[in-house]
Amino acid sequence: MAFISRGFKRRTSEPGQEGRVPPGQHLTADFPVLSAGPTPHRQLADWSLSIRGEIDDPLDWTWDEFQALPRERITKDIHCVTTWSKLDTEWEGVSVDTLLDGVETTAEFVVAYCDGGYTTNLPLADVTGGKAWIAFGYGGEPLAPEHGGPARLLVPHLYFWKSAKWVRGLRLLQEDEPGFWEGYGYHNYGDPWLEQRYSGD
Amino acid sequence: MARAALQRRLSWQLAEVVESIDETPRVRSIVLSAPDWQGHRAGQHVDVRLTAEDGYQAQRSYSIASAPDDHKLVLTVERLDDGEVSPYLVDELRPGDKLELRGPIGGYFAWDADTGGPLLLVGGGSGIVPLMSILRQRIASGSAAAVRLLASWRTSGDIIYATELERCAAVDGVEIVHTLTRESPAGWGGRIGRIDQAMLADVAWPAQTRGLSFVCGPTGLVEAVAAGLVGLGHEPGQIKTERFGPTGG
Amino acid sequence: MDAELVVDGNALAGVFGELFQHEMTIARGTCGGCGLVGPLAEARVYAEAPGAVARCPGCSSVLFTIVKGGGRYWLGFDQLRCLEIQAVD
Repeated sequence: MAFISRGFKRRTSEPGQEGRVPPGQHLTADFPVLSAGPTPHRQLADWSLSIRGEIDDPLDWTWDEFQALPRERITKDIHCVTTWSKLDTEWEGVSVDTLLDGVETTAEFVVAYCDGGYTTNLPLADVTGGKAWIAFGYGGEPLAPEHGGPARLLVPHLYFWKSAKWVRGLRLLQEDEPGFWEGYGYHNYGDPWLEQRYSGD
Repeated sequence: MARAALQRRLSWQLAEVVESIDETPRVRSIVLSAPDWQGHRAGQHVDVRLTAEDGYQAQRSYSIASAPDDHKLVLTVERLDDGEVSPYLVDELRPGDKLELRGPIGGYFAWDADTGGPLLLVGGGSGIVPLMSILRQRIASGSAAAVRLLASWRTSGDIIYATELERCAAVDGVEIVHTLTRESPAGWGGRIGRIDQAMLADVAWPAQTRGLSFVCGPTGLVEAVAAGLVGLGHEPGQIKTERFGPTGG
Repeated sequence: MDAELVVDGNALAGVFGELFQHEMTIARGTCGGCGLVGPLAEARVYAEAPGAVARCPGCSSVLFTIVKGGGRYWLGFDQLRCLEIQAVD
């Protein structure tokens, strides 16, 4: 029988939120900053967003061109593999469906690549159909650099390591290719409701 | 010189809280009795693990404050506002409670009396804790190493071990310098302002003495001090650093 | 401030102790990115539990990663080209 620390309790979810908090998660009021490396400081004049890979004509947007695209405000719950969850987070971004509008591809997978070298992989089906955005606003303000600004990928239905900070492009692939954490022990897909945290879970 | 030795496989052990000492409103020292404790080197730390009734666990590292020659195990913990473990250790834990820990851990940021000096110890906030272990060991061991401790605090009320450090300053070969970054009290005899290269030029041993420096505290302070010492000609290999991150441990 | 988010290899001493018999924070690593050699204690560590990333203090390349969870450890190696460990007689 393991030792129990007298009077120590886990941080609990607020009552009434059961059903919105995946297993093993707890609610936080903050927005913790977690990174795999130093925060890049990309000037908007040097920023571009690209679609590469299994696409006839690669696509690129400058910041101004990106800002001219139809944008959405969305409110979503987000879940981090480090066990915190945050409900009703407010974002502003361009849907990945908008970026891929009219694109013909045989690709079934995508790798998001970022300033600083971070990558993450997803099935194309998980970033289309209204499930993913390139987000540039959080809480009514421009997305702060420590949270991924100028823009990050936002894929709220998966663990938040898939919502790659400082995103610069999506590469469309026919074969799946593990990204940074997927190659170093995290689960390849990352469904928080199935607690897919680690490789093989 | 690094001490090469194979480590015992560290297991979790139960220690009992013997005494709690409030150092400042946010900082408490915890005196522990650990029957399986094998001793430590000044500067090392322990991992502390808390377990809730439902099996949930939280684990953090805390520097050992006591000197090896004190033959007791003391941790000094600062309560972090949004912390998970430190509020429990500072506010809840009381004498008679058990605490699960493992250690000693860390072969890099450690000093033994036979290493000698001169020593420069530079710390900010709870970064003082492993430095205090080194200072206490320097005194307890009878070492003749010259030691200068430079400690950065927000206000004079934040000074951990204030009274003991005054006593240490009276020991032959030991000098203590405090600097405050957010307060300039009337009658203050110490320094004011963040530690920068100018302050280090005054306080640090000259580079040619080839003494060892130990720098511990928030990452920003450690980076600035290490860079300052290198800028004064100190060999990087003579500067040991331990970064506590944003919260200072 | 961004510099505050990072710690150093001292923070990995505990998990190293679970994995290795030798004290690894004093082991000297060579960075394949820039050639810098130094103790693992001085690697810059981004500790995003359950995963930690150790980067070269010189060029910021990823040296190695450690993930612990689900009853397993994963050690990922990128630019940690070589490790020198003192023998014990």
